[in-house]
Amino acid sequence: MTLQQVLFIIFGAVTLGAALMVVTRRNVFHAALFLILSFFGVAGLYVLLEAPFLAAVQLFIYVGGIAILILFAIMLTRDMMNPNVAGANRQWWLAALVALALCTVLGWTVLNHQWAAPAGDVPPESIVNLGKALVDPAGLVLPFEVTSILLLVALIGAVTIARER
Amino acid sequence: MIPLEWYLILAAVLFCAGLYGVLSRRNAVAILMGVELMLNSVNVNLVAFWRYTEPAAVTGQAFALFVYAVAAAEAAVGLALIIAIWRTRDTVVLEEVDLLKG
Repeated sequence: MTLQQVLFIIFGAVTLGAALMVVTRRNVFHAALFLILSFFGVAGLYVLLEAPFLAAVQLFIYVGGIAILILFAIMLTRDMMNPNVAGANRQWWLAALVALALCTVLGWTVLNHQWAAPAGDVPPESIVNLGKALVDPAGLVLPFEVTSILLLVALIGAVTIARER
Repeated sequence: MIPLEWYLILAAVLFCAGLYGVLSRRNAVAILMGVELMLNSVNVNLVAFWRYTEPAAVTGQAFALFVYAVAAAEAAVGLALIIAIWRTRDTVVLEEVDLLKG
């Protein structure tokens, strides 16, 4: 077993273990902290996949942005941390059944397919190419601009919805 | 090198964990956390396929970046909605938000 595979198993175990804690912890605040740990594990996987830019984006947007936003929302709505409230609804066993069934189907599909061999190395100027493609008129500039408009609309919408009247 | 299957299996399990969270949690913020887990697993899949099939192309990473932007927008609007519901209904348990129920 190579060092990469050992690292994958460590990061994967952190990601999955934390994710399972996120969906089973009764205390939402603890669940949010485990969510941050899970995001860190995924960032490690990106490093193994030789996508360092995405690993950094994962840390900035998910750990630095979304997770902090969730923690703020939990603190703004106090009674969410009440440990006497049940965490799961009455259909939790049905939900577990659906999730397990989907997991079985996906796993069976993955293991029964002959995947192509890895197609060579990542070019060293991969991040430069990505940056150029995002502002290239013949490339991805249109989806890039649409994304910025989406973010602006979401920002204004979120402020309007959450504002105190 | 790590086999592609390892990443796909991991992403599948992560997605199912998020799905279980979305279907079983009562708290709206916990449901949102399940959605974030699912989005993360999809991104792992996108980046893994990019790395193993088209490492010279930029589209795999770019697609993952757009998923990030949509996830950030979704989290911001979702949490704003939750705060608004908490202000007017004094609860974040979605079973108790039943104004539209006949």
